[in-house]
Amino acid sequence: MTLWRRQILAIMRIDLAKTFLSRRGLWIYFLALAPVVPMMGHWMFGNKGDHQLGEDVQIFAGIFQFYYLRIAIFFGCVGIFMNLFRGEMLDKSLHYYLLAPVRREVLLAGKFLSGLTAAIVIFCSSVVIQWISLFAHFPPELMRSFIFAGPGMSQLLSYIAAAALACIGYGSVFLWAGVRYRNPLIPAAIILVWEGINGILPALLKKLSIIYWLKSLCPVSLPSPGGNGILNLLVVDIDPAPAAIATINLLLLAAFVLTWAAMRTRKIEISYGAE
Amino acid sequence: MNEILFDNVSKFYGEVLGVNKIQLSIPPGVTSLVGPNGSGKTTLMNLIAGLLRPTQGRVVVCGLQPSDPEKFFRTVGYATQYDGFPRGLTGLQFVECYLRLFGFSPADTTHMAWEAIDRVGLRDAAPRKIAGYSKGMRQRIKLAQAIAHRPTVLVLDEPLNGLDPLARAETIALFRELGKEGSHVLISSHILHEVDLISDQVVMMSQGYVVAEGQIRGVRDEILDQPMQILIRCDKPGYLAARLFQQEEVVEARIHADGGGLLVRTRRAESFYKLVNHIALNGVQIESIAPADDDAQSVYEYLIGSGESTK
Repeated sequence: MTLWRRQILAIMRIDLAKTFLSRRGLWIYFLALAPVVPMMGHWMFGNKGDHQLGEDVQIFAGIFQFYYLRIAIFFGCVGIFMNLFRGEMLDKSLHYYLLAPVRREVLLAGKFLSGLTAAIVIFCSSVVIQWISLFAHFPPELMRSFIFAGPGMSQLLSYIAAAALACIGYGSVFLWAGVRYRNPLIPAAIILVWEGINGILPALLKKLSIIYWLKSLCPVSLPSPGGNGILNLLVVDIDPAPAAIATINLLLLAAFVLTWAAMRTRKIEISYGAE
Repeated sequence: MNEILFDNVSKFYGEVLGVNKIQLSIPPGVTSLVGPNGSGKTTLMNLIAGLLRPTQGRVVVCGLQPSDPEKFFRTVGYATQYDGFPRGLTGLQFVECYLRLFGFSPADTTHMAWEAIDRVGLRDAAPRKIAGYSKGMRQRIKLAQAIAHRPTVLVLDEPLNGLDPLARAETIALFRELGKEGSHVLISSHILHEVDLISDQVVMMSQGYVVAEGQIRGVRDEILDQPMQILIRCDKPGYLAARLFQQEEVVEARIHADGGGLLVRTRRAESFYKLVNHIALNGVQIESIAPADDDAQSVYEYLIGSGESTK
């Protein structure tokens, strides 16, 4: 195995333990698993005679788009990826990496991959748990036909893919912010606002966001609330991109941001006193 | 090729001076970096290790630069003064996990980690979490991490801080051993009598500038505005003082506090020694003659002043 691969694996080994087992990261598990509670409540305590599969598909789509992508994964990635460099600066332990025979680009790649692995494991497995929690109470025959003969399986895979791509997109941006800014929460707040107002932006500016491409990957469109309200603008995507284009653009965006971050890591200096 | 070279190096933090116009060549052996707070010692060490980039000039370590980390950091080991550690690791895991970045096999990694831990005398504590270590143990585990990959250039920022007397003596012995093996060992220290014990040469810094460098005795010889102080142990210090006062080489002569010798200050050491030999032939029993102010403490006071903190 080449040296840089062994180094990436070594970095992942150090950082994965920190990301998965850190007490400081418990709130990320809470964010990821929060939707499971109402979904299980819906299953366990709801009036099962009233449940319609189509309605629950819409409920899942709503929770996924409004809570999971915009809040859970967004803030989860803030917590995971910004800490990869900035957290080590605050702990005064980043210099150990910078004193090892590792190119800064390799260090960035190793850290991104460890953050990404943690984020994908947490958020994609939560998608599966949520999906099972919401749909498990339907009769087995109905579920079999929904999953294997109907759109169930492709919807589930699309949600998993969208969650994974959200981790890649937001992860790259917040890793860059952690490398670039002393206080990365300010750029995170700006990105939150930008993503939030995405629905009311002109078509060209919409595309300079992550949520636009992620919405294009969601398999179920949300029904329009009607009228001309702002909620309508957030829900209805007038100009959705094809899934393949959305995937490629998200990956290109992540590659661009990571390249920028890699260039930035070459300039990192250790002055903990100033942190 | 075998030197640490500073070529007109300056480092500014915004408008604040870190170090300025450093022109320095440090040969192998144990070198102590001495200076008061804020004199630029840590900045100089961070520049050597590439944790800071010079605003101007370049630093070359045995022909290598930090811009080529894959070669550079196999040669250089640095134990910083920062007291931060990755969370949740034992001493052994801490040394091992960064050794893995060198690409060593797992077996070699474990062997090298234990070897370094043994050298700093921390075998019993190595399986315990660093969070439970004392200050001295944290210092030693940092030292183990810095030497684990067997670097030939070792940079140590205040490595003796927090060590008990026994650990201090063992660590100083380790530095001397590494120096004898032909390594560069660059140490910053504010305990000046230890500098004499440790160092082959010193670099003295003040306010971002190098004010003196070289072997301590050589540095002392160049301080011409301070007469050399010589302690003469003899049987008749009063008589000797009276004789010496008549000589123009002697600036000052006073009886030592214990009454068994004489402290003389002279501007011309060579001719003074000849003079003392002549006097000795005329009935004074001289036990010893030795310079009394060619140690790091005296040189430091002459160059930088005793009023400043040396940390």
